[in-house]
Amino acid sequence: MSADFLYGIEVVINGLMAGVLYALVALGFVLIFKASGIFNFAQGVMALFAALTLVGIMEGQVPFAHLINAVFGTNIHHFGWQVPAILAIFMTVLVMIAFAWAVQHFVFRHLVGQEPIILFMATIGLAYFLEGVGDLMWGSSIRTLALGLPQGGSLWVEEMTSGLGGDDFYGFFIDKLDMVATLVALVLVAGLVAFAQYTKQGRAMRAVADDHQAALSVGISLSYIWVLVWSLAGIVALVAGIMWGAKSGVQFSLSLIALKALPVLMLGGFTSIPGAIVGGMIIGVGEKLFEYTIGAPYLGGATENWFAYMLALVFLVFRPQGLFGERIIERV
Amino acid sequence: MDGVAPYVTADGRQIGGVLMDMRGITLRFGGVEAIKNISFDIREGEIRAIIGPNGAGKSSMLNVISGFYHPQDGEVWFRGEKRPPMKPYQVARLGIARTFQNIALFEGMSVLDNIMTGRLTHMKTGLLAQAIWKGKAEAEEVANREVVEKIIDFLEIQAIRKTPVGRLPYGLKKRVELARALAAEPKLLLLDEPMAGMNVEEKEDMSRFILDVNDEFGTTIALIEHDMGVVMDLSDRVVVMDYGRKIGDGTPDEVRNNQEVIDAYLGVAHE
Repeated sequence: MSADFLYGIEVVINGLMAGVLYALVALGFVLIFKASGIFNFAQGVMALFAALTLVGIMEGQVPFAHLINAVFGTNIHHFGWQVPAILAIFMTVLVMIAFAWAVQHFVFRHLVGQEPIILFMATIGLAYFLEGVGDLMWGSSIRTLALGLPQGGSLWVEEMTSGLGGDDFYGFFIDKLDMVATLVALVLVAGLVAFAQYTKQGRAMRAVADDHQAALSVGISLSYIWVLVWSLAGIVALVAGIMWGAKSGVQFSLSLIALKALPVLMLGGFTSIPGAIVGGMIIGVGEKLFEYTIGAPYLGGATENWFAYMLALVFLVFRPQGLFGERIIERV
Repeated sequence: MDGVAPYVTADGRQIGGVLMDMRGITLRFGGVEAIKNISFDIREGEIRAIIGPNGAGKSSMLNVISGFYHPQDGEVWFRGEKRPPMKPYQVARLGIARTFQNIALFEGMSVLDNIMTGRLTHMKTGLLAQAIWKGKAEAEEVANREVVEKIIDFLEIQAIRKTPVGRLPYGLKKRVELARALAAEPKLLLLDEPMAGMNVEEKEDMSRFILDVNDEFGTTIALIEHDMGVVMDLSDRVVVMDYGRKIGDGTPDEVRNNQEVIDAYLGVAHE
């Protein structure tokens, strides 16, 4: 096999793995949109907030330290302990569940039956509010997430594959972190699907996603299910926050990954979990492959910044419901 | 007949005390009075019909019973206790199941899954237990599946168990919705126009199922219809509504001979 072809394959593999991260963010959107019709603009900030909280807890940082010091004239910053990663993740999950409850209780409970655009505006407000809370709670400096996840190219993969091509080919370069992320994402999706299919809460969740009125009539509390999906979206956000945070540090630009999920949703459809995953893969592979074959040689590179949005635009024109979304049929 | 003492019907069914008592219900939408000071009761084991021409307020009444609407005036008594204002899901958990005039099923889910949602009020295992303690959740699922399979047999829908509901024809959807309501083993079953939009054969089937449900499970049924013929054969007692008022209440025979009811249905010349 020619080296060029093999490098093409490497690009595809790396694209798939980048796509998994896009899919993770998109998944959070789909969960909430399906169950409540709310397009949650705050999903990206939730990932940021979850990652900040995780780092803060692990480092034993005092939440709202600045505020406490300003009010009481104290000078505290750290508890002086380190929390093991597993425990810290568990505590962060609890924080995300509490956040889900608060969102339902203080915001969306009062907006039942409102227009989708109102709900959307509420999530924009929520996004900036949460960003501010994250800042106030944990400070605004860039942090490293030291979960001990493997990073850097995998030598093993490189050595195993170096024999495939000729002298010009040195083996596949695949980041270990990407491999971990893919694995974690697969486990997460399998878990979510099993939850939705085989538990009574999962069945209730699907019921609410399908028909609110019918769900009420069989005794399902909508607000309970909404807290549940916001919690799940919070957990998905935590996983996305961990993966992106480990890659590029926990900083406030992390919340912008939400924008990267938008084209994924255009492709996959807003209501389909498999759609979010396949959409993420297509965007990931598409933008890497485009950059490798056309972008870098002919267009001066950096096409990854806009390729996804252009692809989404093409989809909007020819298949507005996405690959897996429900077809929109209006009867007259 | 109107006494509270239990009695046995001509065909041998046991009618008990008052299960649900609606007292002076008034419901307004803005300035429009959909229900005007209506009182009636539903007794245990009976089939109670609410009839009336279109726009009489029948569906509104059903929505009051099932908690979708909250009346401005009046009291709802259930099993001898005054019911506080409740959300529909809380009413469902009290043991009041319902169907909808326009069918509200989970279109994307299979027939079996749809009917299983009817069992949700009977499933007690919590969220964490479901995730961690697989054995208990599984045992509960199996026990509830058995109940559901019995209902599927009873309503003769075995052949479509795994079919997504969205693909079923109208008549079968109505039957699946009845099955889901039955799965809750309700103390009171509310049927909103169970025969609407059906052909004669489907109507006969549905009538048979309603009678069988009442007979075999002893389920108390309150149903709405505007097709008078069907109702008269089916029910023990009938409430007649017109323009939000109650204009008749009694056995089918009593109602049939009520002059006001005849006027409402056939129209009367205004002076």
